[in-house]
Amino acid sequence: MSDIINFLVGTWEALPPLVQYLATVVSKILLVAIVVILVVAFSTYFERKVIGRMQSRVGPNRVGPLGLGQPFADVIKLLIKEVIVPAKSNRFLFVIAPLLTLVPALAAWAVIPMNDWFVIADINAGLLYVLALTSLGVYGVILAGWATNSKYAFLGAMRSAAQIVAYEIAMGFALVGVLMAAGSLNLGDIVRAQGGGFTNWFLLPLLPLFLVYWISGVAETNRAPFDVAEGESEIVAGFHVEYSGVAFALFFLAEYANMVLISSLTAIFFLGGWASPFEGFAFLAPYGDMPLIGWIVAGGFPWLFIKIAFFMYTFFWLRATFPRYRYDQIMRLGWKVFIPISIIWIAVEGVMAWMHLGPWSGLTI
Amino acid sequence: MGMLLHTVLFYTFATILIGAALGVVFSRNPVHAIMFLVLAFFQSAMLWMLAEAEFLAIVLVLVYVGAVMVLFLFVVMMLDINVEAVRKGLDRYAPLGIAVALLMAFELVQLIWLRGSAEFGSGGFVPYPEDYNNTKALGSVLYTEHVYAFEIAAVILLLAIVAAITLTMRKRPGLKVQNIAQQVAVRAKDRLRIVKMDAEKKP
Repeated sequence: MSDIINFLVGTWEALPPLVQYLATVVSKILLVAIVVILVVAFSTYFERKVIGRMQSRVGPNRVGPLGLGQPFADVIKLLIKEVIVPAKSNRFLFVIAPLLTLVPALAAWAVIPMNDWFVIADINAGLLYVLALTSLGVYGVILAGWATNSKYAFLGAMRSAAQIVAYEIAMGFALVGVLMAAGSLNLGDIVRAQGGGFTNWFLLPLLPLFLVYWISGVAETNRAPFDVAEGESEIVAGFHVEYSGVAFALFFLAEYANMVLISSLTAIFFLGGWASPFEGFAFLAPYGDMPLIGWIVAGGFPWLFIKIAFFMYTFFWLRATFPRYRYDQIMRLGWKVFIPISIIWIAVEGVMAWMHLGPWSGLTI
Repeated sequence: MGMLLHTVLFYTFATILIGAALGVVFSRNPVHAIMFLVLAFFQSAMLWMLAEAEFLAIVLVLVYVGAVMVLFLFVVMMLDINVEAVRKGLDRYAPLGIAVALLMAFELVQLIWLRGSAEFGSGGFVPYPEDYNNTKALGSVLYTEHVYAFEIAAVILLLAIVAAITLTMRKRPGLKVQNIAQQVAVRAKDRLRIVKMDAEKKP
């Protein structure tokens, strides 16, 4: 056994540094991508179970134990279906549109820190990178709507474009508040600035910005109650009305990957990411060496996972609870409510930091 | 990784950038032209990233690709542009276009020649030290040395926003508008009167 390990270690060390570097990066990317896709697969199951329970149904329970095989059955069904390209559509854009929605949703995971040391690219402008990539997802939706050459799809694309442009501004302003409080654009540093128990999280001091960011996130992913781009009772399925098989599966995957992304970003910006809520509590400190309690106090990836799962649950909860917003009300909420709230709170935060008041007394301005 | 990879990446991005720019000019479909322009913005952002100007690169993608081009695409898709009709004027405008292009090429050559000969040279690209933060460097200059220019630019932009909104705002009389605050403030006793009455007339 030890011979094999020695041989493997020896082979690894004999490789040129460039190859070592590339192999590490590629394996990190594969690890994150596979985990994200698995989480996406099981969140479809989670969604159907949650909404089923909320509507006094059981949800999927036929495939495998507790219906856990359902996502795989769905994937196989979608993979073996025929992809139909409408005759008068723009073929190239029709095919490339689902890819344009999926790629930014997956690429944004490059800067998400999973715990204190695991992140694919630890870059300084991480927050800007995330903002830039999440703003790109709208291209796939617009192009899909246009390339389909159908009125329903086109209406869906128009609605989605207006909605995403409106909510992106509020989202950006909410993040300005976060970066002011953390003093950094690096996502790892933002989490580290919130260390030391849940009283140090940005959740309470930045509560208005948290609500603005989270609701804008729900709007940005085109989820209920902001799903006017799909609106199945008005415009059938909106921008993806003519998509079938794998092309539809890609849209579906992108939507859920975006939901997981928004959940993890909200956890990182406002709920301390991988940090434990009980960190720095004096009465827990003596037990820091014990196996289970030590882990609870120390924080790490499981805490991030719990927070992501909570926000995913909230997505489904909102979907099962609220009726769809009317289009003009969506525009009003985005432009006339969220943008003023976030600007006012940024000003409040700036003044408090300047006068050395409250949680920002330590900020240097 | 070194210089070789850097050079290879530079020429790859530059080639795609020029190809995309040609695509913007020559594609027959306006939506395709917009998508080529998006690709061109992306490639120039990549070039800035190679020059370690990561803030400018990401902001280029965020502002131009994420917002401005989305609105462009929005408008172009709404307009039903007849490309053949637009092409009819080509031979009239071509001499002017070629003249402008030649002028710009001349200026560029001048600039490159000047930079190449002067002491600030065009040799190789010198990477910044590991802890250099482009965002921080830009911010510290923008908010100290150039704060007046920055504020004036911001005020001009604000003026443009206000002007654009006032130009397009029309007051239509008789428009039915919802007042959501009023709707939320309504209580049952404002709208509903409960009348006590007998179920049937007394005989």
